[in-house]
Amino acid sequence: MYVAVKGGERAIENAHAWLAEERRGDTDVAELSLAQIREQLSLAVNRVMAEGSLFDPDLAALAIKQSRGDLIEAIFLIRAYRTTLPRFGYTQPVETGAMACDRRISATFKDAPGGQVLGPTFDYTHRLLDFKLAAEGEVPAAPAAEPRQDPTPHITGFLQDEDIIEREPVSDAVPGDLTREPMAFPADRAVRLQSLTRGDEGFILGMAYSTQRGYARNHAFVGELRIGSVPVEMEIPELGFAIEIGEVELTECETVNQFKGSKTVPPQFTRGYGLVFGQSERKSIAMALVDRALRWEELGEDNLGAPAQDEEFVLSHADNIQATGFLEHIKLPHYVDFQSELELVRKLRREAAELAETLAAREAAE
Amino acid sequence: MNDYNFAYLDEQTKRMIRRAILKGLAVPGYQVPFASREMPMPYGWGTGGVQVSAAALTPDDTLKVIDQGADDTTNAVSIRKFFEKTAGVETTEETEKASVIQTRHRIPEAELTEDQILVYQVPIPEPLRFLEPRETETRKMHALQEYGLMHVKLYEDISQHGAIATAYAYPVKVEGRYVMDPSPIPKFDNPKMEMAAIQLFGAGREQRIYAVPPYTQVVPLDFEDYPFEAGKADHACDLCGAEDSYLDEVILDDAGNRMFVCSDTDYCRSRREAGHSGRLGEEAA
Repeated sequence: MYVAVKGGERAIENAHAWLAEERRGDTDVAELSLAQIREQLSLAVNRVMAEGSLFDPDLAALAIKQSRGDLIEAIFLIRAYRTTLPRFGYTQPVETGAMACDRRISATFKDAPGGQVLGPTFDYTHRLLDFKLAAEGEVPAAPAAEPRQDPTPHITGFLQDEDIIEREPVSDAVPGDLTREPMAFPADRAVRLQSLTRGDEGFILGMAYSTQRGYARNHAFVGELRIGSVPVEMEIPELGFAIEIGEVELTECETVNQFKGSKTVPPQFTRGYGLVFGQSERKSIAMALVDRALRWEELGEDNLGAPAQDEEFVLSHADNIQATGFLEHIKLPHYVDFQSELELVRKLRREAAELAETLAAREAAE
Repeated sequence: MNDYNFAYLDEQTKRMIRRAILKGLAVPGYQVPFASREMPMPYGWGTGGVQVSAAALTPDDTLKVIDQGADDTTNAVSIRKFFEKTAGVETTEETEKASVIQTRHRIPEAELTEDQILVYQVPIPEPLRFLEPRETETRKMHALQEYGLMHVKLYEDISQHGAIATAYAYPVKVEGRYVMDPSPIPKFDNPKMEMAAIQLFGAGREQRIYAVPPYTQVVPLDFEDYPFEAGKADHACDLCGAEDSYLDEVILDDAGNRMFVCSDTDYCRSRREAGHSGRLGEEAA
């Protein structure tokens, strides 16, 4: 006999309790500390900070622990927390030219001032499982040199001196903020970049890859990729000048792309730009490629109908919190709507059967 | 839970949402863009409705939350709990006692009054979305009242199926101007939309709010020779015997036996309390 399903509340509470137990796992195994996650799963922490749009490694570590390592769930926790934070003000734009670089490479020049610095990269590791890691033990200290004291100039700066790459217009305009204003199309480049930097890494990667395979191909040279820390400054109204309030780790990618020109303007290289919190190399390169693809109109290129050129398509689907929420909502009850379709399909089938019968009867009569 | 403001959202955000609501009420059926916030529940699970409710609620309000017409579905329970925690408002399952009702997929059976606000959760606010995926295009179509595409779609339904094959989220025209998505309510509920209460629609992920003021004309799209028909299962409720309520179909056993019960749990309960009984009413009691 049907009994109206009461006790949804208790079911929810019990589910949460079970979830907490599963999250902890076998209690004979030591519990993860936030410091362990922050220090030893730092690239996961970086991704959560980048897509959560909040630079706080400790909170990101907490979110990863709470979400059992489901990074999209962790990003969601950070986003929901972030949105409740009051805004005291806005910082000055960070100067990435003043970055203390851990890594800085250029694919366009063999060497340049500041040098090629590989830094802590997976690039030339052979992807062989290191079974030594299964046993716990300390790693020997990496060799260290004196850090460079001079700033590391941007590679594109050298191209700009020669006027051979497009110049970015300098602007003091306050950039839009898609967390405060609804997204509207066409979006300007600043809002596009904001959307891309907090967009899903997998989605941005796929979009970028599609441009490499010919869907709006525009060959990109990695002019420069740099990872390191930059100071963050903020003007304090009571003081009347900017002071340093901390520093953030960033990955910046500048691509040098194919040129445009016209009868009046000689050919010039163009740019794509990626900037992401933390060490997020794949994401920043992908972001630069997608940024460049989205600039087709501004640069007078053809719309080839490629997905990566389609601003509305890319920006509307880049956010994994929106995407996952809507995707997963279909597991909520829909039985009212389903019932209405059941009735409709039954009715249509009944009418079709009646029509067939009438036709058969008429044929028999003839 | 004092760490959060009344009804979770900060006052500035609520003011922004209230402005969008007022604009929506001033231009019935028009989708007002608003800077939807990230809520502590997933997009697609009622974040738009929750934000609209949060902006509409005052400490004196009494809140009712339903999903599929029922107060006890898990997501309704979860949203009701959210407001109990963050707003501390009184909650109720009784339609008459509520001043704000947040709903997903249904309009309550009991007639609503001028003292009530009905807040709908909306997944895709754009009625033209599945005909034209681009927002840039659909906004133009609304501006120019270019709704021919929708009529062509309905016509194609008729030529293929002999009837308009839309059973829920059946598009309506509001006050002779905007074509509007009534949210995925069954078309059975469409005729109720001309009501005394204020109707507010919130789509969080899509960042849109729209509204229907009291006593506004809401007409389902149709053709003279194929008029709109509000349909429901051709049964009476097996618990309370109601013949005028929207019914859920429940599969009872392996033999495929079914029963039909009111989707509006409060309506069904109040009828049974008043002594009405359906085919299986005795057994259930």
